Amino acid sequence: MPVLEVRDLQKHFPVATGTLLRRKTGWVKAVESINFSIEAGETLGLIGESGCGKTTTAKLILLQERPTGGTIRFDGEDIGGLHGDGLMRYRRSVQVVFQDPFASLSPRMRVGDIIAEPLEIHTGMTRQQLQQRVAEVLELVGLSPDVAKLFPHEFSGGQRQRVAIARALATNTRLIILDEPVSALDVSIRAQIINQLEHLQDTLGVSYLFIGHDLATVAHISQRIAVMYLGHLVEIAESTELCAHPLHPYTQALLIAALPAHPDAKQERIAITGEIPSALAPPPGCRFHTRCPHAMPRCSVEAPVSKEVAPGHAVACHLF
Amino acid sequence: MTTPYLEVRDLQTHFTTFGGSRVVKAVDGISFSLREGETLGLVGESGCGKTTTCLSIVGLLPPAARIAGGEIRLAGEDLTKKSPREMRRIRGRKIAMILQDPMASLNPLFNIYTQVSEPAYYHLGIRRQSLRRRVEDLLRSVRIPSPAMRMRNYPHQMSGGMRQRIVGAIALAGGPKLIIADEPTTNLDVTIQAQYLDLLKDIQQETGVAIIFVTHNLGIVAKMCDRMAVMYAGKIVECGSVRDLFGAPSHPYTKALLGSMAKLGSKEPLFAIPGQPPDLANLPPGCAFHPRCAEATQHCSEHEPKIVPCGQDWTAKCWLAHPKESLRHDHARA
Repeated sequence: MPVLEVRDLQKHFPVATGTLLRRKTGWVKAVESINFSIEAGETLGLIGESGCGKTTTAKLILLQERPTGGTIRFDGEDIGGLHGDGLMRYRRSVQVVFQDPFASLSPRMRVGDIIAEPLEIHTGMTRQQLQQRVAEVLELVGLSPDVAKLFPHEFSGGQRQRVAIARALATNTRLIILDEPVSALDVSIRAQIINQLEHLQDTLGVSYLFIGHDLATVAHISQRIAVMYLGHLVEIAESTELCAHPLHPYTQALLIAALPAHPDAKQERIAITGEIPSALAPPPGCRFHTRCPHAMPRCSVEAPVSKEVAPGHAVACHLF
Repeated sequence: MTTPYLEVRDLQTHFTTFGGSRVVKAVDGISFSLREGETLGLVGESGCGKTTTCLSIVGLLPPAARIAGGEIRLAGEDLTKKSPREMRRIRGRKIAMILQDPMASLNPLFNIYTQVSEPAYYHLGIRRQSLRRRVEDLLRSVRIPSPAMRMRNYPHQMSGGMRQRIVGAIALAGGPKLIIADEPTTNLDVTIQAQYLDLLKDIQQETGVAIIFVTHNLGIVAKMCDRMAVMYAGKIVECGSVRDLFGAPSHPYTKALLGSMAKLGSKEPLFAIPGQPPDLANLPPGCAFHPRCAEATQHCSEHEPKIVPCGQDWTAKCWLAHPKESLRHDHARA
């Protein structure tokens, strides 16, 4: 059974205009019936450009937003119906690491207190137990237990991100949402954090939802990748399969747009033109048809449904 | 071999802090050159002196910084000896700059026409109808749809990718021979980034402008540049053709950077560089990279390495570097 299962998840934000009488004038369809699941010990990569609904999806899983449709199941249980102890247990099991460790750690708290805070809320640990657990997780992420006394400003970006990961791990977490965890870091530090995350997964069996926009990094860490475009999930497959045989024209464009690893690598010009349309007025039919090089008359009328074209490889496109 | 258009020789830019009691050598004796129509990638981590190098070239250093030595020759003239007034005639006309954040480099109060026409108005003396035509041509060359209409727009009416193309049009407006692009695509989405890089390549082919590409992304260097210079702690540690450096890097830092790059479709573990970039105010003795270097010896921690030629147009600042003649022949045959 998958750890997390998302079925027909949908989130529409109302748009209101006017200051006095705030009338609803439309909806931003941030997330539109997406489906995916994450197994224990697995990393699912979620990739897409800004405004495609990646972060909204993360917020829905973290219960920071309530879905307007569909379900999210954790261990088979619908998280929409959780309250009391069940909700606390869920919050304990699912944690998040944000992009910018300069913004996500409180500058007024010592690192040890930052990591201990979720433990204080969720467990009845004594002071000594807390200290011990903090030292344990600090060591897990490759920091010395002595740093618990320090404040975040005494750390570099990479070390701060390790602290953020330690906090996320503290409560014996089973799923960590990684929202662009390396984008704000220096190049020489990114590899450290990616390797650390992979090592933690191997030792602790934790699952990741890795959100990113750099295909090479996401493909490196993920077993499977889901590609989002304007609120829709357009393709999902094993990461090696997706990189070798991308089917959706948007995935193909992302692959071409990915930067080469060597100057002699074959380079194609990107075939898609224009920019991502506004989510307020998404194009009818397939949302990608305005930029798609293979668009047919049918694409602007009928929205494609996701089809499984090979085991574990689903694509939402009229070409298949 | 033609003479280089831009030649930087032993450039030193120092920041003075705490009332002159502390000097930070942000750029410490770097030399490189750029021929007409060539693209140079300036690579390094944040704080390694990439941006300070660029600001030294265009003469826009912050008040705390000053050029302490060396020369910057643009078509034979030393820019470090120019007055601010003379530099104003050079910026925009001979050298243009594209910055990272287009929202910060465009003025929100002026429309696109005013901003794109300014360099052509001042530097080229173009007026009225021909100025309007010039702006239209420029916008068309950066692929702005319906330019005649778009030039009446304001920056907030455009998307991020379009704004960055407007910045490109402004850079081209004075007809420069050198564009310095300081992380121009960092804020753009991947597909927009790919479009923008393709556009820059086209513009370079049409106008023959030389480009210095400042970036921390080696993928951009692989895609765009002819030559690259790798900076670490204010010094250029390796400089050469992109093909040579990607093929057989001489400096351990270049090697490590290439190893830490995620490669599409490869699941091999990434090479993580231990530690973190040093504080420029408190550099380690000897080679600044030695605390993080996998191949460092006792010698490296005591003596600063000299610049060693590794091949044609290829130098490295490392005690372990040596000429790679045999390798170059292999390249030639391959």
